[in-house]
Amino acid sequence: MAVGEVMRMEIPSGGDMSVTSPELHVLAVDDSIVDRKVIERLLRISACKVTTVESGARALQYLGLDGDKGASVTDYSMPGLTGYDLLKKIKESSVFREIPVVIMSSENILPRIEQCLREGAEDFLLKPVKLADVKRIKELIMRNEAEDCKTLSHSNKRKLAEYIDDAPSPSPSPSSSTHDDSSAKDFPSSKQMKSADEKFSSLL
Amino acid sequence: MDTLVAQLQRQFRDYTISLYHQGFLDDQFTELKKLQDECSPDFVAEVVSLFFEDCEKLIGNMARALDQTGNVDFSLVGSSVHQLKGSSSSVGAKRVKGLCVTFKECCDSQSFEGCVRCLQQVDIEYKSLKAKLQDLFNLEQQIVQAGGRIPQVDI
Repeated sequence: MAVGEVMRMEIPSGGDMSVTSPELHVLAVDDSIVDRKVIERLLRISACKVTTVESGARALQYLGLDGDKGASVTDYSMPGLTGYDLLKKIKESSVFREIPVVIMSSENILPRIEQCLREGAEDFLLKPVKLADVKRIKELIMRNEAEDCKTLSHSNKRKLAEYIDDAPSPSPSPSSSTHDDSSAKDFPSSKQMKSADEKFSSLL
Repeated sequence: MDTLVAQLQRQFRDYTISLYHQGFLDDQFTELKKLQDECSPDFVAEVVSLFFEDCEKLIGNMARALDQTGNVDFSLVGSSVHQLKGSSSSVGAKRVKGLCVTFKECCDSQSFEGCVRCLQQVDIEYKSLKAKLQDLFNLEQQIVQAGGRIPQVDI
């Protein structure tokens, strides 16, 4: 499922946001094996698809190879690339900047939180992470995706088309409250995204 | 007259409550239990098992670093302590986490004796918790084998 697919929603003409949302695919990044196990379970229970990796560098590799991650949840304090470094790289990437990133940290340091939010993090979770936190984050991300969908402009649609190959011609649904094609598009299930090298190098 | 199952369930309940009241476990352990269900019936046992392996590894790192007589890298010890604090927090190992706080202070103030003392305490503490949780899991198994259900314990 590509990032674009997360944004495909059925928006009834009544404007009611009862969404049949496809599964959110989350890339969870943490150097602690215990925390990886816990966050994986928290996300699975919240009906997300999960891939876990142990470092920022690995996270970038995964995004480069298999960029259909709907969102990423990352620990802040990691050796090598910190969660903040990873956030920056994702937000600076033309291909991946739309991926929502949530930062987790065991330390409640306000300047750190502000810095992450300024850099474009969706939210900041204090560890230990609880089920209620994950549910809240998922709702936030899905809600934001739906908002983006509603207000998509033509230029944004073109940006979407960049990383969705061979998109079939749109068949707008009469019940859609927006005339944007993206909300009614039927994306092919296997995406031919940019080559792994191209994507990876855009992150470096 | 109590059935075997009822007796075991009462034991389980009492033991669980005592672990919380004596400060071995905290709220986060309860959170982990919420994540266990029929699809993932051994989730808590799996996580704590990973945690105890982590303890062993990190304590080994700390011991090695402290063993470099005259050339102890306290930031290295501190970084292992930080990791241990994180994972103990994630599983609800309250006493271990508390010891890590003290331990971190000893690292920050570069107190060799303090660190050695903390290392010993943390080693004893995680092993003690490991034994207690093993007893708890054994009780669960006995209940299930006797045909009963594991009671939900509200702390």
